[in-house]
Amino acid sequence: MSTTLSKIEKKTAYTLLLPAVCLVFSIILFPIFANIWISFKEVGLKDIRIPEPRAKKIVKNIQDNNSELKIIYKLRNSSLTQNIREVRFSDKFPKNIEPIDLDTRCDFKSKKIKCFFGDWEAGYRENFEIIIKDVNNNVINIQNIKSYKPDLNGKSDNILLTTEFTLKNFKSIFLNNNFFELLMTTFYFTFFGTLGAIILGIFAAQLVNQKFYGRSFMRSILLFPYVGPVVALAYTWTLLLDPNSGTINSLLVSYGIMEKPINLLGQKYLIINILGFDFKLRLALTTVIFFEIWRYFPLAFLFILARLQAIPKDLYEAADVDGAGPFRKFFHITLPQITAILSILFMIRFIWNFNKFEDIFLLTGGASGTLTLPISVYQQGFAVSNIGMGSAVSIVIVLLLITFMIIYFKLIGKRANEI
Amino acid sequence: MKFKSLIITLFASSIFLATIICIWTIIATLQGLSFTALNFNFNLLLSLGLTIISIFIGNKFNHLLKIFVLSISFTILYIFLSKSSPLWFSGGIFLLILFFTNKLRKYDLKYLNQDFISEKIVFEFLSLFAIIFFALVILFPFYIMFVTSFKTQTALLINPLDLSIDFSKNIFDIFKSYFVIFKTYDFGRYILTSSYVSIGTVLITLLFAIPAAYAVARLKFFGKNFLSTSILIIYMFPAIVLVIPLYTVFSQLGLRNSIGGLLIVYTATTLPVAIYMLQGYFKSIPKEIEEAGLIDGQNWFGIIIKIIIPLSLPAIASVSLYVFMIAWNEFLFSLMFLDNPKTFTLSRAINHLTGDAETPRQYLMAGSVIVTLPILLIFVYFEKYLVSGLTAGSVKG
Repeated sequence: MSTTLSKIEKKTAYTLLLPAVCLVFSIILFPIFANIWISFKEVGLKDIRIPEPRAKKIVKNIQDNNSELKIIYKLRNSSLTQNIREVRFSDKFPKNIEPIDLDTRCDFKSKKIKCFFGDWEAGYRENFEIIIKDVNNNVINIQNIKSYKPDLNGKSDNILLTTEFTLKNFKSIFLNNNFFELLMTTFYFTFFGTLGAIILGIFAAQLVNQKFYGRSFMRSILLFPYVGPVVALAYTWTLLLDPNSGTINSLLVSYGIMEKPINLLGQKYLIINILGFDFKLRLALTTVIFFEIWRYFPLAFLFILARLQAIPKDLYEAADVDGAGPFRKFFHITLPQITAILSILFMIRFIWNFNKFEDIFLLTGGASGTLTLPISVYQQGFAVSNIGMGSAVSIVIVLLLITFMIIYFKLIGKRANEI
Repeated sequence: MKFKSLIITLFASSIFLATIICIWTIIATLQGLSFTALNFNFNLLLSLGLTIISIFIGNKFNHLLKIFVLSISFTILYIFLSKSSPLWFSGGIFLLILFFTNKLRKYDLKYLNQDFISEKIVFEFLSLFAIIFFALVILFPFYIMFVTSFKTQTALLINPLDLSIDFSKNIFDIFKSYFVIFKTYDFGRYILTSSYVSIGTVLITLLFAIPAAYAVARLKFFGKNFLSTSILIIYMFPAIVLVIPLYTVFSQLGLRNSIGGLLIVYTATTLPVAIYMLQGYFKSIPKEIEEAGLIDGQNWFGIIIKIIIPLSLPAIASVSLYVFMIAWNEFLFSLMFLDNPKTFTLSRAINHLTGDAETPRQYLMAGSVIVTLPILLIFVYFEKYLVSGLTAGSVKG
């Protein structure tokens, strides 16, 4: 009895899981593996379309002869880079209509014309003409002829399915001089973005954990930056920081705090003189990091607040008895209580910030020293139109991610369940 | 000890008042008043004087009388010493000083004489600063977005700092950007598309996630542990590494520029977190209830429909709102898959607006308001549910 029940249970479990698992596999896991395949190929954006033979049918009257018509098929190979083999063509005619002087490649049988055109090289074009006449010398209805669509097919290699592989993509990634800079930019962005968001999150959580008038309002608006759509927020900030008539620059200039407006998103370096030494600050990158902090500190805030509210109240009461001030309470009670959560938060936010694409893409598009790995995937794949390179960069991202995850599970994975 | 806390109070409170006066000046500048300097030092001196007087008067007089007299005299002093400004600006200064002197109520000499008080005072003022800092930093961009959408191109060119809304114009002129956005740029269609896509994603995700989550939470089967860890790991993989293969496959299958294609991708990317959240909740439902259902002759399907779903409505609401938010705000996939304006979602349409450098910024901001407002309203209304979704979805997963 129990074995049949557990069998039924297993079967039910698999049926219930099947749709979700299939979908996730095909849309998430399959592409990750497909990336490996594509990254070893030389594929451009234009190669993705499968080449196909195409024909445009034009019907023309022949002068003084209503019982004959000329049909021109403008034939072409849709691809400019790939050949099509064994192109076959067929078209239908209405009753009682026959072609005259048919091309040798074709033959006519039971109202149907069939042709075999052989191989078409890349970019092949031909104007293929036939003349048709009505057997009974009646007037041919042009619309009737036009209503039939020619049918073409041919064989071609799908460049994605061939087994030619090359290491060219990886070679050009790793041998590129900018690769190190790309990595460093990504790490700067990820590290400082994560750190800043967590620090700001601690402040916000500490604030909301107190009682004050308007606390629940504060709690709601603190989440606005994350809840709002990234497109709208990124463009609003771009507008605020615009050097020509952006609000912040105009304010600073009109108050005389700065002489000239500063292009916070378009200037790669800002030279700061401290004690006679010139420091180069990555200006655009810093701005983007600040946007990142602004947008994602709410998540850190939420998580830290939940932890703060779980700290037993008697710890603070005991501290009050000892006469400890608020700062002492924070450093000696609150901080030790939240360090575990902070380390988990840091790892997870690190992984997520590492993958961030939209924010930088919308603010700078990767220009002025803000090119990170995810932006590079887009640039290689869609701006340079080199799908293979884009995939290779994706592989680099996936490998780094796996490394981070291993570190995460090794370091904190076990503790994650205790919290 | 007394002297130290006195100095700290003076220092902290005067910086605080000077800062809020400066912020008020900035807000007034954005309403079209032309200030050429922030006068932080002047404000600081004024605040210092005010604090000293307030502390030394202490609670010797009626509190209300004291704060009114102090505020009125200092406002008059402020107006007298700085240049003339409209009544509403001075009124604002008056209210700020009133608020400030009211805050100073408990700071008399007796209070400052307590032990360990200085640290507490610093902390109190830091909290006040933090409230103002966070409110300003968060609301300022939203305010700019909203206000810019009511301006005209020429007004913005003449004075980019004057963001006041001119209510003397007729209603059509005030809302002109919105009319243009809907008429010329076809935003009505995009709102519909975005709604279809978001609601569709929610429904399909629930349809797939509820049975799967139930299986993970309740049933025993081979590979269960492996599956529940892989759900989390899969969720960590970013959209950007999926984009190129999906783009190629969708191009060859003709799924680009179709709402269907977008729905499939959105559902697949939100499924892991939906399953994760739901199974956690399902586990908390007492098993006895289901067993009673089993004895009544219900099959698994009946149990899910009649017992599990009605009992876990709050969790389902959280998941739905979270998924809705993700789908509504999603940008990367809509950028990759949609290039026909007929299939644009709102996010993609706004991005398309910026493609043309000539697009006036008030139209861009009107579009941004249109995409932001619904999600913020939903958030404010269903905050409780969405917050639990956010906590589970974005940090754990």
